[in-house]
Amino acid sequence: MSIWVLRGLRDGVVTTRWPARPDSYADGWRGPARALRPVGSVDPALCPTGAISPQGIDQGRCILCGRCVTERPDLFAWSRGATGPAAAALARDALVVPEPPETDEAVAAARARLRARTAALRRSVHVRHVDAGSDGSEEWEIQALLGPVYDIGRLGVFFTASPRHADVLLVTGAGARGMAGPLRTTYDGMPDPRVVIAVGTDAVSGGLLRESEAVTGGVAATVPVDVWLPGSPPSPFGILTALLIAVGQLASGGKGTR
Amino acid sequence: MTMTQPGVTALWDELCSRVKAGDRFAGLSGSQPEGGPLVLSAHLATAGGIDTLEAPLPPSAASYPALTPRLGAAFWYERVIHDRFGVVPDGHPRLAPLIRPGPPEDHALPRHVTGYGVFTIPHGPVRSGVMESIEYLVETPGEAIPHLNMRVFYKHRGVADRFAGMTPADAVLLAERAEGIASVAHALAFCHAVEQIAGCQPPPAAGLVRVLHAELERIANHLDVAVRLADAAGLAVATARFALHKERVQRLVSALCGSRFGRGVVVPGGVAALPLLPPAQIRAEAGKLRQAISADAGALMGTSSFLDRLRGTGPLTPARARQHGALGPVGKAAGYADDARLVRPYDGYWSLAVPPAAAHSAGDALARLRVRWEEVDQAFGLIRQAAEDLAERAGDRARLPCEPVRGRAAGWAEAPQGEVLYDVEVADGRIARCQPRSASFHNLVLMHEVFTGDILTDFPFIEASFGLSVAGVSL
Repeated sequence: MSIWVLRGLRDGVVTTRWPARPDSYADGWRGPARALRPVGSVDPALCPTGAISPQGIDQGRCILCGRCVTERPDLFAWSRGATGPAAAALARDALVVPEPPETDEAVAAARARLRARTAALRRSVHVRHVDAGSDGSEEWEIQALLGPVYDIGRLGVFFTASPRHADVLLVTGAGARGMAGPLRTTYDGMPDPRVVIAVGTDAVSGGLLRESEAVTGGVAATVPVDVWLPGSPPSPFGILTALLIAVGQLASGGKGTR
Repeated sequence: MTMTQPGVTALWDELCSRVKAGDRFAGLSGSQPEGGPLVLSAHLATAGGIDTLEAPLPPSAASYPALTPRLGAAFWYERVIHDRFGVVPDGHPRLAPLIRPGPPEDHALPRHVTGYGVFTIPHGPVRSGVMESIEYLVETPGEAIPHLNMRVFYKHRGVADRFAGMTPADAVLLAERAEGIASVAHALAFCHAVEQIAGCQPPPAAGLVRVLHAELERIANHLDVAVRLADAAGLAVATARFALHKERVQRLVSALCGSRFGRGVVVPGGVAALPLLPPAQIRAEAGKLRQAISADAGALMGTSSFLDRLRGTGPLTPARARQHGALGPVGKAAGYADDARLVRPYDGYWSLAVPPAAAHSAGDALARLRVRWEEVDQAFGLIRQAAEDLAERAGDRARLPCEPVRGRAAGWAEAPQGEVLYDVEVADGRIARCQPRSASFHNLVLMHEVFTGDILTDFPFIEASFGLSVAGVSL
């Protein structure tokens, strides 16, 4: 066993200092596409999920395929940074960029409501995850948070098996109808205050899987979502950001408050 | 190559005799062209490619003679056909819903074993830890596991049906999300089918980039298995070490293409772009990773308390592996190696030297882990070769136009879990039908059979050692 003690010391500290310090991997992250200006009418084949409207682009539908960025660089670009203002939203409409002005108030109201609910959770948060029809990649990225690089324990965030002990519900997947019952039961088993995070574009809107016999096209049809995190899949930094926004450790907008 | 048989019985006769002669049963699916009869398509893996044998059912037939009594490997395939089309395979041993959840009143716990003190532990679909949704029904008198039942329908997403009507460029994005942890392999299998239909040969540089990503995906998946095994054994440092290596591999992938899962790289006709890092740097980074991983893997394989948990755990006999045509590391560990990269090469694997799998026969969790470490080592070797070759092809194009109009073909690729198979039909430039078959689907059914002599605490080891993804099962 002593061999593992020595191995544990091999690389020194590999844990990110974020959010106390910026992290270059998080800052260089290629997030969902954004519209540089209102796009008007474009070829519908430009987006496989129909995220583009004359208004702009709905990042909640963006699966990061990059087709619009490649074919119309005059209109679209990647958003940069996994932890910035574009990382997660408190209202579904706020994922539409350029942001329609009327959502500012809605987001502010949602933020105030969330803050009031989660005031007690700031320093110790227990998280439960439910897969409602994911492709499996979101689970990898959530698991990464438990690894040495992200190590969410240092931020007072812990995973729990029992919904009775959970404050936050991370939901992945396009909302498989077979999981609607188990997902609802898990949510109902959580004590108040509780926060639901839709992790990934599939969970936000269904992504490529539209509403069908098999999926509800996003998890909001089954549980009320508080924080919307696009990405296909989102990076571990994105998930971390959404968690910290959910419990009020970070203001939505990416400015560290610690 | 597609061959049509006059009727279902003739199809099964032909199929069974070819399996007996050494071909591998690689899949069975149904399709129903509008207004037409249901057509059953069986796939056979041969030394040079995938053969498809077909037979239509008589019009408005409500049943057909089941294949499963003659060829056990068809067990789950026929249940899927029943789920999707409502046609009954006569003589099928157990026709419960597999991928489509029936009404909740059908969800009562099935009981197969009875006896003093035998009870069922329902484990899932919401499981402890961060896991995909699946329900295991463990029938046990307390410690031994005489029977295990699996319900995978909870996270059925209707992926196979969703393909119809998509353009190939959109459909490859869906293929990447059929089984997210094997995105590259699924995209490859899909693109190989589409490229065959279009008669398009991707440029050599694209073939090498495809190999780079496929092998990095293999390494990440095998490291994930190592993380889960070390975690199950309570080796905290080993868990953290392999998680660190996996993160570094994913970061290398994202440095190459922007996605941590290699998504958006493989497109019909080649790759979307050449890697963002120069080949020499890829080689150097991979070399560093190889050293770090092999040192920790060596330490893990020298930790006797860990090996004791794997040795003899979840054994699959070589006879069963061959009979079922077990794929990937599960098959290799039991002496049945049918690696598509070697036997039915594609892309860069034509020119690179893929070393043959080492001989194993134990078939237990330990042998599966040994196979994975060998594959990781081979993968680094292939990455080095591919990066070297890529450096000489700096001027190559990344992709060629690939516009399939009409036709049908099978495409395959060796995912970390084993062979992925796509049966794609294109009409008027759009996908008319696409039937993906992941290695996870083919292999997961074998979990029923590997609990001989094992007890409840072996469960996490056996599950992790299979290294499958539920997403790929319940498409």
